[in-house]
Amino acid sequence: MREPVSGTGRQSDQYHSQVLQVRGVSKRFPGVHALREVDFELNAGEVHALVGENGAGKSTLIKVATGVYRPDSGELRYLGRPVSFARPLDAQLAGISTIYQEVNLIPLMSVARNLFLNREPRRFGLVDGARMRREATDILRDYGVEVNVTRPLRSLGLGAQQMVAIARAVQIDARVVVMDEPTSSLEQREVETLFEVVDRLRAAGIGIVYVSHRLDELYRICDRVTVLRDGRVVHVSPMADVDRLELVSLMLGRNAADVRRHGTTAFGTEHAVREGADATPVLRARGLSVRHRISDVSVQVHRGEVVGLGGLLGAGRSETAKAVVGALHTESGTVEVDGVPVRRNSTPAAIRAGAVMLPEDRKSEGIIPNLSVRENIVLAALPRISRAGLVDRAKQDEIVRYFIDRLRIRAASPEQRVSELSGGNQQKVMLARWLCLNPKVLLLDEPTRGIDVGAKAEVQGVIDELAADGLAVVLISSDLEELIEGSDRVVVLKDGSQVGELTGADVTEPALLAALAAAPPPAPGPPPAESPPAPKGGA
Amino acid sequence: MTTEASPRGIGFDRDRLTHLLADYGVYAAIVALVVVNTALAPHFLSLDNLRVQLFQAVPVLLVALGMALVIGTEGIDLSVGAVIALASALIPLYLGYGPWPAIGMAVLGGLASGLVGGSLVAFARVQPIVATLALMIGLRGFAVILNGATAKPVNDPTILALGLDSWFGLPAMAWLAAVALAVVAFVVRRTTFGRQLTAIGDNRPASALAGLPVRRVLLTVYLISGVLAACAGVLVVGHGGYADPANYGLDYELAAITAVVVGGTPLSGGKVRVLGTAAGALFMQLIEATLIQHNVKSSYEQMIEAVIIVAAVYAARGRAAR
Repeated sequence: MREPVSGTGRQSDQYHSQVLQVRGVSKRFPGVHALREVDFELNAGEVHALVGENGAGKSTLIKVATGVYRPDSGELRYLGRPVSFARPLDAQLAGISTIYQEVNLIPLMSVARNLFLNREPRRFGLVDGARMRREATDILRDYGVEVNVTRPLRSLGLGAQQMVAIARAVQIDARVVVMDEPTSSLEQREVETLFEVVDRLRAAGIGIVYVSHRLDELYRICDRVTVLRDGRVVHVSPMADVDRLELVSLMLGRNAADVRRHGTTAFGTEHAVREGADATPVLRARGLSVRHRISDVSVQVHRGEVVGLGGLLGAGRSETAKAVVGALHTESGTVEVDGVPVRRNSTPAAIRAGAVMLPEDRKSEGIIPNLSVRENIVLAALPRISRAGLVDRAKQDEIVRYFIDRLRIRAASPEQRVSELSGGNQQKVMLARWLCLNPKVLLLDEPTRGIDVGAKAEVQGVIDELAADGLAVVLISSDLEELIEGSDRVVVLKDGSQVGELTGADVTEPALLAALAAAPPPAPGPPPAESPPAPKGGA
Repeated sequence: MTTEASPRGIGFDRDRLTHLLADYGVYAAIVALVVVNTALAPHFLSLDNLRVQLFQAVPVLLVALGMALVIGTEGIDLSVGAVIALASALIPLYLGYGPWPAIGMAVLGGLASGLVGGSLVAFARVQPIVATLALMIGLRGFAVILNGATAKPVNDPTILALGLDSWFGLPAMAWLAAVALAVVAFVVRRTTFGRQLTAIGDNRPASALAGLPVRRVLLTVYLISGVLAACAGVLVVGHGGYADPANYGLDYELAAITAVVVGGTPLSGGKVRVLGTAAGALFMQLIEATLIQHNVKSSYEQMIEAVIIVAAVYAARGRAAR
């Protein structure tokens, strides 16, 4: 790992001043140490990449720098002076603009109004509408946006809205512009325009914090990079001094050289795939495309097999799982369970066919907080254990008792509210909800995130057992070790497309890291060589 | 590892008090009102007086039962008052075929209203307050057109009996409401539908991912609400002896929401307190009767009701914020 290098950005000869400095900032939330002694520097005229996986502390750092949060300790310096922003508006007025993923303008107001909000040109004390419209049109043309500026902002495409946000940021004399995944909803053409704008901002001496998971973009426009992991800065260097493989390793907390350690997860070795490879796969998803999220992703899983989905944050792993169970609207693609096509875009249909998904966000998509452990477990199974719409309480209690024992769910009683349980036990309740349906395909999205070590090992053990019993499992995990040791095969995704597949002896961390860091293919989104030709859909 | 995490602490702290108030406050308040009133005027406990109070409270109670289900899904149904008006307009139109076909048409009217409102909410994803507000305005207009501006007398003995007769000392309509109450309580607690309804109100994305028939459940609660409101409309017509769509059912939606809230059902969904709702309807009626009896002006009466509503919502909020 390199020592932090300062002031070696491309433009450092002209602009050596540091516009933004974060020094030794720590921030705690209940149960989470989000930032620990973080240092971050941004020079004028520099595009500084801020990268890290989920929970690394990127968004917390941005929110500290833009006045949303106040740091517990440490110092924030802006233009060389210590500052303390009481609220986001203060930071904005001082010249720190943030362009969030979701554009933070006023959707129902006109484009021109948004651009000039709070600093409208005036004449005789009234807003000079004609001038405002004229200037807005001129300014936006500069950013490649040719629109009728009297239309409400929300009638514009997301890309154009983002341009308006950027134009506004620049107009209000911003010295620092924070871009949080600015390209996630842009078309390729719009991305190019954005990059031109970024170049222009850089030339104007504005410091840019650029948050993105797309390595190609980072290498294309960023001068320096700061890598965060678990709330700490683990690397700072000029972008050109760190190669892709190194960068991915740093983000994931893996040293590319010595990843061959084993045995800290509770997974056994390979699962015996019971049928030959030529048998009909239990799950066959082909050519799944979801607008702006994934394109042409195919996954096959056989009985007793655990197939991992590898990829960085934003690669489209969760989206693939959701598309399989019909929870995300697909534009094209087919899903078959045991060779039988499943109706598209219907979760109930997928569940009836036997494909179920454990969602990543347990709190907002998993548990029903005010219902009891019992009711949460039998929720999806209700129609199956009811007669004429009446719940069979005896059958229900039997199922609940069985799974509480089998998964060792620790609750005061089945009637305890599920929100009172620990994360690990909530996760087991979620597993029980699906297992009592006797599914054929189980898709697990980050099954062990945010649960304690003991529960983690238990959940991993259960996954192993289930696969051994013949279930087809799709595993998503940001924990590389878990993914590698838990999976028999890994499908690698990048920016929503399938970029490779690791099989057999190739399922290793170095191989996965290499696949994740691979340079972009020449043509955008070609079908990977090792997957069978899939019907190409509309995207 | 956090099995001990149950927050039910020992002792009688403030949290626990607000909790108890939210859960059982309405029953305690009814008892208190009855005690005070009996002390002030002994005839308050008489069967006659009870009957009078029930005649007033039952239509609101029926409407509130449906409203409680809708609110349980994080929705709201403002159209119920207009459905009462629609029912009262339909009855005289079809009374020529006999009382039961007329009642049937009134119920069908409620069903149709629920179908429109429920479809807007479940399929077109219109916000419940907007969808049912549109219905509330449109349906009353429609009802007045059907009937004409002036009230029509309804003399059918069957319908009048439903609204005026007493069985075993209590109003016939109270017995009917008791049956509806039991059925709704059973549906919420014991049926698949009831559990799904609660889950959807508590966490809709999770319910959808769990494969629950979210749209079907949403549509169904609005259908039930529409039918119960239409039944209330039949009773109102029977009790008044007139069909008066311009004036019947006015503010019933608000009275019903009040009953639901005072009964301890949170507006944020995920919980339906059926008995509490019935108690809420009774309580609001008793308050009104008490104040009238003591010659409190109706303007003061409204202000007191406002205080009660705020107190009930505050207690419910205390529970949610735990």
